Parts: sequence; structure tokens; C-alpha cells
Amino acid sequence: MLGLELSFIWAGIIALSVLIYVILDGFDLGVGILFPLTKDENERNVMMNSIAPIWDGNETWLVLGGGGLFAVFPLAYAVVMPALYMPITLMLLGLVFRGVAFEYRWRTTRWKRLWDMSFFGGSLVAALCQGIALGALVQGIEVENRAYAGGWWDWLTPFSVLTGIAVTVGYAMLGATWLNMKLEGRIQRHMRRLAWPFGLATLVFMGLVSLMTPFLDDVYFERWFTFPFALFSAIVPLLVAACAFGLLRGLQRQRDIQPFLCALSLFVLGFIGIGISFYPHIVPPSLTIAEAAAPDSSLAFTLVGTLILLPMILAYTGYAYWVFRGKINPDEGYH
Amino acid sequence: MLDGFSAEMLARVQFAFTISFHIIFPAFSIGLASFLAVLNARWIWTRDETFLVLFNYWKKIFAVAFGMGVVSGIVMSYQFGTNWAVFSDKAGPVVGPLMAYEVLSAFFLEAGFLGIMLFGRERVGEGLHMFATGMVAFGTLLSATWILSVNSWMQTPQGHGMNDVGQFIPLDWWLIVFSPSFPFRLVHMVLAAFLTTALVVGAVGALHLLRDRLDMASRRMFSMAMWMLILVTPLQIVAGDFHGINTLEHQPVKVMAMEGHYDSHENGAPLILFGIPNAKEKRIDYSLEIPKLSSLILKHDLNAPLAGLDTVPDDEEPPVAVVFFSFRVMVGLGFAMLGLGLWGIIARFRGRLFAAPMLWRASVVMGPMGFVAVLAGWITTEVGRQPYTVYGLLRTSDSLSPIEAPAVAASLIAFIIVYFFVFGAGTFYILRMMGKSVQTVSAEKMRQEGPLRTASATPATQHAAPKGGR
Repeated sequence: MLGLELSFIWAGIIALSVLIYVILDGFDLGVGILFPLTKDENERNVMMNSIAPIWDGNETWLVLGGGGLFAVFPLAYAVVMPALYMPITLMLLGLVFRGVAFEYRWRTTRWKRLWDMSFFGGSLVAALCQGIALGALVQGIEVENRAYAGGWWDWLTPFSVLTGIAVTVGYAMLGATWLNMKLEGRIQRHMRRLAWPFGLATLVFMGLVSLMTPFLDDVYFERWFTFPFALFSAIVPLLVAACAFGLLRGLQRQRDIQPFLCALSLFVLGFIGIGISFYPHIVPPSLTIAEAAAPDSSLAFTLVGTLILLPMILAYTGYAYWVFRGKINPDEGYH
Repeated sequence: MLDGFSAEMLARVQFAFTISFHIIFPAFSIGLASFLAVLNARWIWTRDETFLVLFNYWKKIFAVAFGMGVVSGIVMSYQFGTNWAVFSDKAGPVVGPLMAYEVLSAFFLEAGFLGIMLFGRERVGEGLHMFATGMVAFGTLLSATWILSVNSWMQTPQGHGMNDVGQFIPLDWWLIVFSPSFPFRLVHMVLAAFLTTALVVGAVGALHLLRDRLDMASRRMFSMAMWMLILVTPLQIVAGDFHGINTLEHQPVKVMAMEGHYDSHENGAPLILFGIPNAKEKRIDYSLEIPKLSSLILKHDLNAPLAGLDTVPDDEEPPVAVVFFSFRVMVGLGFAMLGLGLWGIIARFRGRLFAAPMLWRASVVMGPMGFVAVLAGWITTEVGRQPYTVYGLLRTSDSLSPIEAPAVAASLIAFIIVYFFVFGAGTFYILRMMGKSVQTVSAEKMRQEGPLRTASATPATQHAAPKGGR
């Protein structure tokens, strides 16, 4: 019994890690996606400077997601990674290109444009692949005999392309609202203008994905249209509407923080929706949380440290954000 | 292009390629993070500006190297699942938690404090900035500890049982974390990282001494690197010897391959200095041997018997030639480092450390050799573990994902192209930074205090680089 509880606690922790990853790295991938929409050298500099001190910490949540899955749901990790072989590999290559751009673009004048492109292209590819991977997971992965049993291209469907685009525009919305919060002057106005189309596009795609999901699988359909979850189905659209209103109203009234918080909330709501669809599976439709869990000794050993270390991580990550709080001053140096 | 290779072979090549590229960066950043912490502490302690300009100089190089380490490391964390799914499923319950601890205790620490270390000195003040710098250095060491614990368990597994679906299940975490080879491997690798950094710092110091022997910053870093070299190299040789004896106890077959002992020796085994392993005939051709020395080194007894590969079935043998050569490269470089360290200490006591162009040139040549030795050492231990992923328990051929060769080939080609392009550029930038003297970089920084300053650790270059120039 304890084992079962442990695996559910862990499912919660992994879900939380992925959520934190999505909203943190979401906005800094978004900054990369928005890069080509300004041509001005100084504007690009401040955009990058707004995330330079924190991007590495944001990306570490992705390693925790993968590493955590490996540690406590090794079977799920062993099934999902081969199933998503191509999108995962492309995502990793994208992250390579954008991660090095943070330092490289300052090291060269002749090639600065190239690293700007690499920052944009890498961010875009990583965001797309994450969205595609999400869609592929939601539509289900074929498992036989503790191994992936599907084909090489199973991950590529109209639905996964849709989720790929949804996540990409969503990240761009997060990036635009983040920059609206962190920057000043002309570039801030530019980003606030950009937040409108990306915000609206995100809402449209969220709607499309939500409409399609119940029809992918009867389980999802029943989940969303039977009691007690039907309640949630009724509440979520209301909450989404409230966040959407807050986002657009905040942009209209030229608020700094409100649009970003509302954009984050939209992601959290979408994430909760996916979580409800998944439960009690970790890899739908064939692997449940309990089936994929590592032995109790693995879960317990890892949990002890996690309960101590995770709050510490949140504390010093919060501190780092606090140190670099406020508007980015283009004239301010950090040396 | 890669037709005719099995998925297993391609996956192994992909792992070897990505892990080899990756290890270069941590090997450098483990040592460099500690070096930076020392420089910063000495700056706070002595208020000698030289330490501050040195800190700022190496900080930029660290930022680039660390960035490359981060992105190549993320690739590693997913590769177990993509190419080695069966290994992940079976060994995940044991090695997964150790890797999760690496992320939780080390990666976050490094990433969380890196920003403050690079950009935060003015914002948080000297004390907290020193703390952040120390935390980054501590994080790199913690990271090494966990990952070497994982590798050591794979080499010398203990503390586990098996369940009915064929997974390793942890029974005693203490035994798992502290598996027999772990202490030796950890010491050996951390010392290697410090040596690697010392050789690089020494080479950069020497390069600038060759151009201007009066420069204080160059003198200081060269001197610090030379101290490190002479203090650590002897320790490393001793640690390596202990590690070898431990390997003989737990993985005798690996040592047979390292030593090139195809035949058993009843009465004292020779040390083969050099030769060409001949896998067909099962002997070492053109071998140059010192009688009985191998027994003396491994058993501390001239006449102790040592078994050879003739006692091992063919399907238990690692690829002998690779292990044999890589081991010799590592040991040879180790003694070359000792030679350089001795040369340095003699020059120092004669008061000629800053008037020794030949020593400086030798230091420049030795600059990259730490990386070569680290790679050779890892090749020795990892190839020597074959044909197993978990030694003696799980074969490499049984660890593979259900993947097809074309998919692995395609991703391998992509990794090779991207890595050479991206890390080639990064290496070029690092070398170009090292080519600039500390004074130049410091003066550039002073100019930047002007109109535009950036939040990058590596400020925007205000001048266009001359064509083809550094």
C-alpha cells in the first residue's frame, strides 16, 4: 500500500517538475522565438540579457524531468524515449544551438547574426518538438512486453502537429509577456503589441486541442463528460476565460506584471487538464503510474533527498530571480 | 554512409562520441570553478588587483566552457532512454536515483548560482558573490561524485537484487553508492580534472610570459599552475596505481587487456612497455617487456602468478587493442606531466621560473594534454568494461532499445555535424580569448564601463575583429 502511495507522490513531483520547466523555460524559449521580430541590435541585447542569468536554472528542470522519470518510473522512461526518438533528438539539438548562443554571440562580431539565428532556430525547434512530444503522449504509445512496440513515425499525426504549434505560440506569448514585464521604452511597447496576437493564437489553439482530445480516446471522452470530472470540464473554461480576460485587459491597461501572471496561469490550467486526462496512466493508454514505478526502495531513497533538496532549490532559484529583479537597464553593466 | 553497421554498434559509437565530447567540458570546469573560487578568495583576502583581473579573465572562459558542458550534458541525460531503453528499464531503479541526486544536489546548485557568480558581484556584494562562486565550485564536485558513483556501480555492482521482470532492485543504498571502485575512481577523476585545468592555466600563463615576461598576471597564473602540477601529479600517479590494483581485484579481465597479458604467467608477469596487440594470434607483436615488473606493480611481489586472457572465454573479452593503447597514452601523459612539474619546481628553486622560455614552450605544448589523458583514461575503463554495461550481469547487446539502424545512423550523423560545428566554434572562441593577454581583456572591460555594457559574462566586443586575426 505504501508503495502505491509513494508512486503517486512521485507522479505528483514529476508532474510539478515538468510544469515548472514548462513555465520557466517556456518564457525563455519564447524570448528566442521572438528574436527575429526585432532587428535592432540593442533591443536584441536587452532581450537576451533579461534571461542570461537564469536560463540555465530554468533548463535544469528539464534534466530533472528526464532524470526523475529514469529514477522512479524507469519503465516509462524506457518506453517514451524510443517512442519519441526523433522529436527528442531534434529537441536536444535545438537546445544545443540555443544554449551556446548565450555566450557565443558576444564573442564575435562577424558571426553574431549566425548565433542570433541559432538562438532563434534552436528555441523554435525545441518548442515545436516539446509540443509534438506532448501530443504524441496524449494520443497514446504502443507498449508490448516492457518495450515500445510502435513505428518510427507514430509520433507524427495532425494532432501532435497541432499541439506542437500550440506550445510554440504559447511559449511566444509567455516570452512576450515576460519581456513586457522586464523591459522599458520602445522595445517594451513592441513586445506588448506582439503579446496580443500570440495570446489570442494561444487561446485558439488551446480550444482546438481541448476539443480534439476527448475524441482521441473513449477514456478521455468519458473522463471529461462524466461526474465528477464533468464539473472540472465546466469550471476550466470559466477559469481560462478569466485568465484570458486578465491577460488582454492587462495588456490594454499597460500593466507590467499582470499579463505575465495570467499567461502563466493559462499554462497551469492547460497542464492540469492534461493531467486529468492522463490519470491514472503515466504513459497512456497502456502504462499506469503503479505499473511503471521503480521498486519501493528506489522511490523512498530518492524521495527523502527530494523533500529536503527541492525546497532548497526553490529557495535559491527564487533568490536568483530576486537578485535580478526589476527592469533590465540597457546601460547597466553586471561586471 | 553508415550501412552495414548494426544498431548496437551505431548506438555505442553515438554514446562514445557524445560522452567523449561532454567529458571534456566538465573535466575543465571542475578544476576551473575551484580555481576561480581560489582567485576570488585571494582577491577578497589580499585586495591585490591581480587576482581580480585574473578572476574576470578566467570567468569569461569558464562561462563559455560551462555553457558547452550544460548543453552536451542535457543530451546525455536523455540518451540512456533513447538508445539504451532496456538498460534504463533494468538498471534504472539503481542508477536512476543516483542521477536524480546529481540533478537535485549539483546541477541546480551550479545553475542557480552561476548567474550571480557571472553577473552579480555589484548587485549582491563581495560576501554573497564569494558564496555563489564557492557554491558553483562545490556543485561541480558534487556532480562528479554522483556520476562517478553511477559509473562505479556499473563497473563493480553490489548491493542489489533482481526482481521477476529482470530489473535490478536496490537492497542496500550504502553499498550501491560506495561500490568497491568508487573511492578510487572519484579521487582519480577529480585529480585529473584539477590537473587538466592546471595544464591549461599554465599554458595560457606561459604563452603570455613568452610575449611579455614582466606581466604580473601571467606570472601569477603560471606560478599557481606549476604549484598545482607538482603537488597533484605524484598524488595522481599513486591514486592511479591504487585504482589499478582495485580493478585487478574486481575486474581482472580489464587489467589483462590493459596490460596486454594474453598468456597466464605462473612465475611473475612482465610489464609490456609497448607492442601491437594481435587479436588473431592472441599475442602482443613487437613487444618490449620488462620481466616480472607487472607482478611487482600489481601484486607487489616479483614472482606472483598472474592469469591472462587465455583463461577467459572469447565472448567475455573486451576489445584488447583499444584498451591496451589508450591505457599507455594515459600513463605516458601522466609521466610527461610529472616531468613538467619537476622541471617547474627546479626552475622555481633556482629562481628562474620567470626566465625559462624552454619551460614555457613545453608548458604550452602540454596545455591540451590533460584532455587527451582524461579521454584515454575513460576509454580504458569503459571499453575495458565490455561486453557488459553492468559488469558481469547485463550485456551491452542486451541493453539496447528496440531501434533500427537507420534511425540511430541519422541521429549519429546529426550529432557529429552539430557537435563539430557548435563545439568547434566554442573552442575557437575560447582559444581566441586565451590568446588575448589579461591586460588587454582588462583594458577592454574598462572601455566598456562606458556607454554599452552587457549582461553577458563575455561582453560585446566593441571592435571588429581584424580579418584572420585572433
